[in-house]
Amino acid sequence: MNIAILSGKGGTGKTTVSTNLSLVTGSNYIDCDVEEPNGFIFLKPSQIASREVKMDYPLVDTNLCALCGACAKVCQFNALVRTKKKITLFEKLCHGCRACGLMCNHGALTFGKRVVGRIEEGTLWDIVCKRGILNVGELMAVPVIKELLTNLPEGVNLLDCSPGTSCNVVCSLQYADSAVLVTEPSLFGLHDLKMAVQLVRCFNLPLSVIINKYNREDDRIERYCQQENIRVLGVIPYDREVVRVYSSGKMVVQLPEYRERFEKIAKNLREVFPWN
Amino acid sequence: MELAVISGKGGTGKTTIALALAELAGNVVKADCDVDAPNLHLFYRGKDLVTQSFSGEKIAVVNKENCTACNKCGDVCQFYAIQNGEVNPFKCEGCGACVLVCPQKVISLRDEKTADVYVTETDKGIISRARMEIGSEGSGKLVTKLRDNAKKFAQENTLIIIDGSPGIGCSVIASVTGSDGVLIVTEPTQSGLEDLKRAAELCRHFGVLTLVCINKYDINEEISEKIEGYCIKNNVNLVGRIPYDDMVVKAINNLQPIIYFENSKANQAIRQMWHKICLYLNSFGK
Repeated sequence: MNIAILSGKGGTGKTTVSTNLSLVTGSNYIDCDVEEPNGFIFLKPSQIASREVKMDYPLVDTNLCALCGACAKVCQFNALVRTKKKITLFEKLCHGCRACGLMCNHGALTFGKRVVGRIEEGTLWDIVCKRGILNVGELMAVPVIKELLTNLPEGVNLLDCSPGTSCNVVCSLQYADSAVLVTEPSLFGLHDLKMAVQLVRCFNLPLSVIINKYNREDDRIERYCQQENIRVLGVIPYDREVVRVYSSGKMVVQLPEYRERFEKIAKNLREVFPWN
Repeated sequence: MELAVISGKGGTGKTTIALALAELAGNVVKADCDVDAPNLHLFYRGKDLVTQSFSGEKIAVVNKENCTACNKCGDVCQFYAIQNGEVNPFKCEGCGACVLVCPQKVISLRDEKTADVYVTETDKGIISRARMEIGSEGSGKLVTKLRDNAKKFAQENTLIIIDGSPGIGCSVIASVTGSDGVLIVTEPTQSGLEDLKRAAELCRHFGVLTLVCINKYDINEEISEKIEGYCIKNNVNLVGRIPYDDMVVKAINNLQPIIYFENSKANQAIRQMWHKICLYLNSFGK
């Protein structure tokens, strides 16, 4: 069972929730925020194995190329451009679709592989910790996320997703069975939560909410959730102590009060999305 | 002249700071390029001067009537997005490989609407912004469109402030490339530091003037020092240290830019930072 942890707005506490819940429930932790993967800072898994993520890209044999430009014409991503003397490839724009290869009548195109990121996998006790890392300067995170989420370990996996509601999150949600949305009680938090709820509903996944940086005064999230009939699994209050622990890269369940909070959230989570 | 505000890590205060700087600068055009989670427009009311529908992606569509379900399309699709003529819109990247191989010629590519694009005139100037269709692709292209729209409404000397998105992928790259300066807003947490490194590396990769501001610098001064050390070592210009201030969240929830809270510590620090940023931008030559 794969549970996606997402948020819409950035910095609401996806990673805090995912890492601490993974520890409390013994679930595997999968960091899908490949542009900025931070979960390992907190979980510090060991015995890390690393492998590269590669993408196809076209190679032009200049001896065979007739400079007809059919490949460039068919490329929807403007990754191939015909100039007077050669076909130029902008490799970072290439999606690896191979449409250009289908168009070439001169046998001038073959495909090579280039590295766009890597996958790391380690363990913390019996918890599998896995993450994808996009190379800096690469445009597309989706190939790394796909590679990361193919062949997930057995059991319950918590998928720590990217912020936002576009392709990276869409990609992660395709592998999810349910979703937990982490939000904060600010107006920004609510605005972006609504977008995330719409997205999750496109996939017909069961969803629930955790309110981070909680305070008693601002109840806009609770009111919204009530209106929309969304279960709030729990709240995580905000104080300087928890900020100190988090900012140093430590787990907030070290603090007894927060451990209790997370255990309660875990219990509610098991009720909402039953697993063995 | 364009200044892009980005962060790497989400929730460090990009929008709060972009908004404050825009208010301090006065005559600016704002571009809300955090298209996944646009919040800047919440602060303003105004009239939409431009409303356009925007297509940032294509998708394969199949005329089922003459489809023989031969699955030549499925064999060639690198994204597992089509099977016997059935398209999964979430997986389709719009490459058109299936169109090329279909013996019945029943597949075509259709432009998909991915956003509504607006140019809004407010009493505090122009905002270029978008409302993205939930779950759509191509946010990089959309960011480029928003910057183009902002430029159309900016005079030669007008500063354009871009409120970017978190991360380092296509939409951030589209916000950063070709801009005159980038302000990275970070926070003194381990995550903030790691993400700052990746964001700064990205800026170096594209050769843009890079400025850094540590927001909430006093929530962990030890890590703030590490960030400062990183900036010095890597020749990145630290322009601001903004203290944690409860008033910032209050300001957001009241939809008021923080610079109008006179007693706010954050306000004072942001004003000082703005002077420094101006020096850097001016030295770049308006």
